[in-house]
Amino acid sequence: MNGLVHGAVYGAVVISALLATIAIGIWFERKFAGRMQSRLGPTIVGPVGLFQPLADVVKLLQKEDIVPKDADRTLFDLAPILAALFSLGAAAVVPFSATAIAADLDIGVLWILAIGALMVVPTFAAGWGSNNKFALIGGMRGVAQSISYGVPLVLAVMVPVILSGSMKVSAIVEWQHHHHWFAVWPVFPGLPAFVIFYLAMLAEANRIPFDIPEAESELVAGITTEYTGAKFVLFYMAEYVHTLVGSAVGAALFLGGWDGPFAPGLHWMVLKTLLLFASVYWVRWSLLRFRSDQLMELCWKKLVPIGVLLVLAAAAWVQFVPGGR
Amino acid sequence: MSHASGELQSARRVGIDPHLSIRHYDPEADLMLLHFGPQHPSTHGVFRMDLHLDGEIIVKATPFVGYLHRAVEKLCEKLTYVQQTPIVDKNDYVAPMTNEQALNMAFEKLLNVEVPRRAKWMRTLLAELQRIASHLLWLGTFTLDLGGALGGGSTLFIHCFREREMILDLFEDLTGSRFHYNTHTIGGNRHDLPAGFGEKAKKALAVIEARMPEYVDMSLGNGIFVARTKGVGVLDGDLALELGITGPVLRASGIDHDLRRDAPYGAYDELDVKVAVESGGDCLARAKVRFAEITESIRLCRALIDGMPEGPINGYKPIRQATMVKVTGGQVYVGIETPRGELGTFVIGGGDTPTSPYRLKIRSPSLHALSAIPYIMPGATVSDAVAILGSLDPIMGEVDR
Repeated sequence: MNGLVHGAVYGAVVISALLATIAIGIWFERKFAGRMQSRLGPTIVGPVGLFQPLADVVKLLQKEDIVPKDADRTLFDLAPILAALFSLGAAAVVPFSATAIAADLDIGVLWILAIGALMVVPTFAAGWGSNNKFALIGGMRGVAQSISYGVPLVLAVMVPVILSGSMKVSAIVEWQHHHHWFAVWPVFPGLPAFVIFYLAMLAEANRIPFDIPEAESELVAGITTEYTGAKFVLFYMAEYVHTLVGSAVGAALFLGGWDGPFAPGLHWMVLKTLLLFASVYWVRWSLLRFRSDQLMELCWKKLVPIGVLLVLAAAAWVQFVPGGR
Repeated sequence: MSHASGELQSARRVGIDPHLSIRHYDPEADLMLLHFGPQHPSTHGVFRMDLHLDGEIIVKATPFVGYLHRAVEKLCEKLTYVQQTPIVDKNDYVAPMTNEQALNMAFEKLLNVEVPRRAKWMRTLLAELQRIASHLLWLGTFTLDLGGALGGGSTLFIHCFREREMILDLFEDLTGSRFHYNTHTIGGNRHDLPAGFGEKAKKALAVIEARMPEYVDMSLGNGIFVARTKGVGVLDGDLALELGITGPVLRASGIDHDLRRDAPYGAYDELDVKVAVESGGDCLARAKVRFAEITESIRLCRALIDGMPEGPINGYKPIRQATMVKVTGGQVYVGIETPRGELGTFVIGGGDTPTSPYRLKIRSPSLHALSAIPYIMPGATVSDAVAILGSLDPIMGEVDR
């Protein structure tokens, strides 16, 4: 019972904090993109355009809810809800400090991978249910993409699991707290594993250069072509939540989580998460998009062999290096 | 859908015959027909392609034009000769300067009017500035196609617009208008270069030249850009000639043809134009040709500013009434090299009234470039289709007229 109350309270806090961060994050991204493109970004709504995300949401919620003729109503309505649900789900096991964890599962890493992989269901449901050819192609691409990045993602995440000897996220952070960050040491399996994780995270969150299911210059808006109003808001929010939670997972698994000098653990965790989050947008506003088959080639021909190698290296490190664990 | 894919793998290598009906390749009609356009973010205006897709691979692509038809040629039969310049400005709305230049050169040939040397140099300078502006806009929209409006593509897009703006400012100084200039007229130019135009132009060119390496880094130097364009939409040189394709698309297919050098007009006979030729024939080669042309145009512009002769800017009698220009007969064809290729104007004088032509035909390079689509798109994916269309650089206003 205690655990339930704990989970409910922390869950509510984490979700509210995430959504607030995303509101600021959208503003930050628009300002950041504006500066990159030698323009100002939002300036009108609120001080320095700070209320722009709020205005966007209010505008989107006012829009008429249009359901295409002959759409699969169940799938069409369910997809955005599932997308929001699954993207928020991974946040449950992310430790924001030594004590602030909604649910400190023993199989936390497995939970993150599993719920991340479930994102393919709303993607394809939206693609199929929309009764739109662009959305269908987007859904097909989404499935192909999620199968491709899923394997290297698992392999990359296995490295900290093997090195720390636990699937519990808090235990992995604890280990790094006492020893060293996995992205820093051991350099060989650690750093490349972090890079693979980062790429897979970009793919999972549908961010450029891997925003292939959405690809608005090719597929109009991909899976979200037919979505309007509140349902579109859910998809839009899910993308940002996914990026943010992915950044938090990366910070916890590879960058030492709450570990850091001078400041409380929570501050460090938030700082690392936001830096990763910002880097996603730096990448997004600098690069072009890969083609679907090029992503698959990258994942299967390059990242998977490297990932297998990294897992073996991590195992060898634990086995043969004195004090490796 | 599965039985078609084996056939398709070979289609990808050898290419299918675009003249045959899709039923020939797909008798069971189980390919997906995707109407790509006319309202689509990447069709560069209102253009439609019917794509028959096997999964995501294009089996047959059929282009449809005409959504932006405004009957410009018919309109020109009713308007007087001097009234037509602002109308053809709207044809190729990315390079209006060269449109009005082509039209007025045809009228001058019809009327046997000698253009003063200064006007020739001015026209050439404006055409080269327009070429830089047009290619910058192409680069921006092409990366927008490759990278999306919410990503790196739009970053380069807005950077290109920033530089194009400087050239539009120059044109505004000259003509008072940012886009539809109406500065070419029969016998020369309407507006003389304002004081300080040369210095301002050189300053703008220096900025563009200094920023070119950034663009190269973000496009030709970027691995994703190269991966998305290399080997995509390969157009054979012979096929390009057969289809009447001109301009950068033709030169990217290894055919060394440029009217500025091969049939000089304006001040080109006094300049040494270096023509950029690439042999790849793919989207990357087209991009490289256009990059080289920006650099070459910057050089030509500098030479034109430095060598700008003094003298009158119009060699024809002052036009006080729209009906003053009268032609009773004769027919001429004038072709010039616009940023998109050979823009031809064919005029038959006379007809019902001597003040307007009997027939005016515009040969637009974009229309010919689009005719390559059924040949080069099969075998590519939907993503490639966007890249191929962007690399052909069609302007729908010019295609449909």
